[in-house]
Amino acid sequence: MDDSYYHAADLPRFSTIGENRPELAKKFFDWYGAVFADGALSAREKALIALAVAHAVQCPYCIDAYSTGSLEKGADLDQMTEAVHVAAAIRGGACLVHGVQMRNHATKVGM
Amino acid sequence: MSTLPSLLSRHVPLAEPASQLAALDAAPLPTEFHTALDRAGLWPLKPTALRTLQLNLGKMCNQTCRHCHVDAGPDRTEVMTRETMELCLAALERSGAQTVDLTGGAPEMNPSFQWLLEQLRARGRHVMVRSNLTILETGPHRDLIDFYARHRVEVVCSLPHYRALSTDRQRGDGVFERSIAALKRLNTVGYGDGTSGLRLVLVTNPVGAFLPGSQVSLEAEWKRELARNHGIVFDALFTITNMPISRYLEWLQLSGNLEAYLEKLVAAFNPAAAAGVMCRDTLSVSWDGQLYDCDFNQMLALNVSGPVRHVRDFDAEALARRDVVVRRHCFGCTAGAGSSCGGATAR
Repeated sequence: MDDSYYHAADLPRFSTIGENRPELAKKFFDWYGAVFADGALSAREKALIALAVAHAVQCPYCIDAYSTGSLEKGADLDQMTEAVHVAAAIRGGACLVHGVQMRNHATKVGM
Repeated sequence: MSTLPSLLSRHVPLAEPASQLAALDAAPLPTEFHTALDRAGLWPLKPTALRTLQLNLGKMCNQTCRHCHVDAGPDRTEVMTRETMELCLAALERSGAQTVDLTGGAPEMNPSFQWLLEQLRARGRHVMVRSNLTILETGPHRDLIDFYARHRVEVVCSLPHYRALSTDRQRGDGVFERSIAALKRLNTVGYGDGTSGLRLVLVTNPVGAFLPGSQVSLEAEWKRELARNHGIVFDALFTITNMPISRYLEWLQLSGNLEAYLEKLVAAFNPAAAAGVMCRDTLSVSWDGQLYDCDFNQMLALNVSGPVRHVRDFDAEALARRDVVVRRHCFGCTAGAGSSCGGATAR
């Protein structure tokens, strides 16, 4: 089986995506940098949101990047664990709330 | 989380500076520090005007923090004598330095600490004391906070995080709680209120193998959270990068982070930070009176270059002509926004 998926060494090579169509990559990375700057939300809060989303979208690169990023921005392991629980709660809740759809449909077609 | 005793007391090879330098030199790095300086037009690195004399009053400390670059601890007995302090005072008169930065170990544990501080203030120098906070909560030193206020000393305190979890992991069980108690007492006498002139600075360094975040951003977080949770105020937060030496080097090795950490430091080399490194305007004096470009070189036994090696021979003009001694650990001061005893050196 081809061993070509998800290598930690690929994370620092993210910028190589700009080797083709660099003008598109530049737009992305400029915007990305601006998104994570201190604003109405602090850089730490944004890093924790990113960490939670990284778990929700299950991206190992993002989990590594924002585990370090959250620590660098001043979060600790308690805060990071709470962020992951938020992601898990939303994913779990999103699943469960579809149960209403199930119930609606079952009620409609059932006897 | 309990911390390990000093490297020296455990008789491990890394207790020796030569062993630390060898471990750093063995790591595969894409470039050497002097090469990076050369590319930035800064090689050889020359001093600027001397602003700060940093006196390391000894390796004795009531804590054994996991990242300590001094390998300080309760078992260490090296302390600066009154005689060496007098040599430092004489050197200070011959230097242009207006600030004296007292560090250790816990500088408060030196028996002549208060005498030295009074001498420095009588000479009109600005005095900074690097305190680990918990020492101010121990019996013999509880009165120091009033002493500091009376002598208008700037207090620079270590507090890696505004919560207990990370603070205690790095500095030992119960350190956070005692640090908060000391900070509250400092606030009580006016430290950190922004109007008394009693300046209170906190210092954070990463609890792990990563670089500190933006000093401006972290200062805002620390101020908000310490005020919200403990009613504590302070003037400024310094971010300091962990130097890959001594006990932090041991941790990097044992945790398998050494090479990646060094690579991170090299990749983050910032010419602007390199231009502002503290070794250009600071001289470091060890407990036994030897001269170094910085406290880190001191711990690696890398004396200043040139003929003047001891504070008794202090010669400001000769020292101004020296080249600063640099090795691989220096990448720690030039990474990202830079790092110094005064925090970040570049934006």
